[in-house]
Amino acid sequence: MTANTTEKTAVQTKPGSQIIVDTLLEHGVEVLFGYLGGVVLPLFDKLYDSPIRVVIPRHEQGGCHMADAYARSTGKVGVVIATSGPGATNLTTGLATAMMDSVPLVALTGQVRTELIGNDAFQEADTTGITRPITKHNVIVKNPNELAQTIREAFFIASTGRPGPVLIDIPVDMQIAQVPVTPPQPIELPGYRIRERGHARQITAAAEAINSSQRPVLYVGGGVISGNASEPLRKLAKKANIPVTMTLMGLGAFDQNDPLSLNMLGMHGAAYANFAVQNCDLLICVGARFDDRVTGKLKAFAPHARVIHIDLDPSSISKNVPADIPVVGSARHVLTELLELVEYRERKEWFDQIAEWKKRHPLRYDQNAKTIKPQYVIEELWKQTQGQAIITTGVGQHQMWTAQFYRFNRPRQFITSGGLGTMGFGLPAAIGAQIANPDALVIDIDGDSSFNMTLTELSTAVMYELPVKVCLINNGYMGMVRQWQELFYGKRYSCSSLKSPDFARLAEAFGAVGLRAEKKEEVPAVIKAMLAEKRPCVADFRVDPEENVWPMVPAGKSLHEMDGLDIFEMA
Amino acid sequence: MKHILSALVQNKPGVLAHVAGMFAARAFNIDSLAVGRTDDPSLSRMTIVVIGDDRVVEQVRKQLAKIVTVVKVQDFAGMDVVARDLMLISVACPPEKRPEILALVEMFQGKVVDIGSKFVMVEVAGPENKIEAFIEACRPYGIKNLVRTGTVAMARQPRFAPPENEEAK
Repeated sequence: MTANTTEKTAVQTKPGSQIIVDTLLEHGVEVLFGYLGGVVLPLFDKLYDSPIRVVIPRHEQGGCHMADAYARSTGKVGVVIATSGPGATNLTTGLATAMMDSVPLVALTGQVRTELIGNDAFQEADTTGITRPITKHNVIVKNPNELAQTIREAFFIASTGRPGPVLIDIPVDMQIAQVPVTPPQPIELPGYRIRERGHARQITAAAEAINSSQRPVLYVGGGVISGNASEPLRKLAKKANIPVTMTLMGLGAFDQNDPLSLNMLGMHGAAYANFAVQNCDLLICVGARFDDRVTGKLKAFAPHARVIHIDLDPSSISKNVPADIPVVGSARHVLTELLELVEYRERKEWFDQIAEWKKRHPLRYDQNAKTIKPQYVIEELWKQTQGQAIITTGVGQHQMWTAQFYRFNRPRQFITSGGLGTMGFGLPAAIGAQIANPDALVIDIDGDSSFNMTLTELSTAVMYELPVKVCLINNGYMGMVRQWQELFYGKRYSCSSLKSPDFARLAEAFGAVGLRAEKKEEVPAVIKAMLAEKRPCVADFRVDPEENVWPMVPAGKSLHEMDGLDIFEMA
Repeated sequence: MKHILSALVQNKPGVLAHVAGMFAARAFNIDSLAVGRTDDPSLSRMTIVVIGDDRVVEQVRKQLAKIVTVVKVQDFAGMDVVARDLMLISVACPPEKRPEILALVEMFQGKVVDIGSKFVMVEVAGPENKIEAFIEACRPYGIKNLVRTGTVAMARQPRFAPPENEEAK
């Protein structure tokens, strides 16, 4: 009798840590990036028995960038775990990076026991307070029964609408508590609504504007990639015959080898892209937010254009540039619907003009130089990889040269920190992308100072036998800073030169392979050797130390006022 | 230019910090912020008075709506709105001034809520300009202490004519 009753009323319980693992599995998590610490030990104990692969970085920032690149390269949600206090604060750079670039991420942080919160306990930090402005949403779990549902909501929020990082702070007693196992509840978030479908009348208005436009330009950003809208974008550009320029985050959304491609626009964009934007009569912005690095002087941006702005996030629309035809909706939905309504227009004059600009101002560098030009290394890398590698970068000159000279042909191929400009992003991002794409060729094109920030993750690459390559554009400077000091501070190179280690030997010390090229003639062979290498490999290219990124819109100038256009004209 | 926004938010810890943090991070100018539970204990209502032009306020509205725990945002611009502040004010009041001050309180439809030999504490509720006027009226006597809530506001139901229109501009 007693046994019977117990059987009927017994609810299955599990420790909170097991509930966390089960809920991650429920969301198809196969791999996560995490670093241990006292208050996440119950969780790691359960991960020990789970099929989830755990990758341990050397620093939580690295782990967060890895999860970020895992997400960017696959479209899945990246997962990262850190302990309380310093573990959680080390995540902040990674979270802010993911937030600025709208990357779906779930971060789980341990927290001190509930009754100690607020008492300045050992390794306590107000993690939700610290991360509130750099996450899409965050929450601390104070009732273990809410663990599973909170994680489900986190995955939902991170991956829907405009994606972003969601952090869940979990006190250690929540992980130990016995929790009744309950089936998934429907997700009810009364304040969270997403408008995937654009307003039909606005879409019609946009189509009419496109059909009647003489000089249209598509200006596309990362939203097209994260929204899986590359295919409708390509069809739209073809069908309506519109040139396409991309932001840094948008590179790969449209094949750069296509004749309709105008490549990147903005501060270090192609001159023809900027001229096209400044002279267009219709600017069709899709999944981009008119960043100041793109627009230059706002008042003089695209002065003759009507603006169509398609974005999933209503707060992006008319934030910087007022939209004449705003369309709130996902790039995929809106472009697909727009595709039905647009018609082919020849626009001969417009394309003739663009061809003329392309001919007069191509992206170029001094190919006759005796030194190793960084652009040459990247162009050679592009050739030898046939433009197929997954490329990550740090931040600075090498990032801009990569954007200019590696021609991306597919979405999720280029992984870079756009919005936040996070130096040190490249190597951990390459590791995350390689974990997600074990058979792909993954190359971090990095600068020496960016690489210096997180090179300790080489050890992670060696430990997990990941064949990531680091193509180091080593100029001995914080290159972009030096360029600004040269141009705007009278060549006073205050604190911008670095004394770096011998990177090739350092790589060997980590158990990776080190290569070096000091002469121009060595470059193709070193790249070849690097690509043939099955182990993690650092190839150190000692490039011309004072090479600049051209062309350039100086800060505060308008987009067509580019310097450096005639720099090789006499050569 | 002042705008009144009304935000229905989930009554959860951290929501106020999130909203206030958003204002600070984006350099929006809050004039006042008043929060309290609604009849539904899971929801709170925030009345936020913002200073800025239409473009700024539009952006504030959108950024507010973007916060996951914010359920609904309404901008009262162009609507017929009942707006109230509540003030407690302690005014220096020797016995000989008492009739004068009490008459003033009467005029402003205030209420004396505490009284001593040298002061009166008065409660005044109403639209902001009325509160300001009462403060000015009290100033000559000497204000000892003053505390105000932020504005709370509600739009009038359009179907009914307003029964009294004391705050009409």
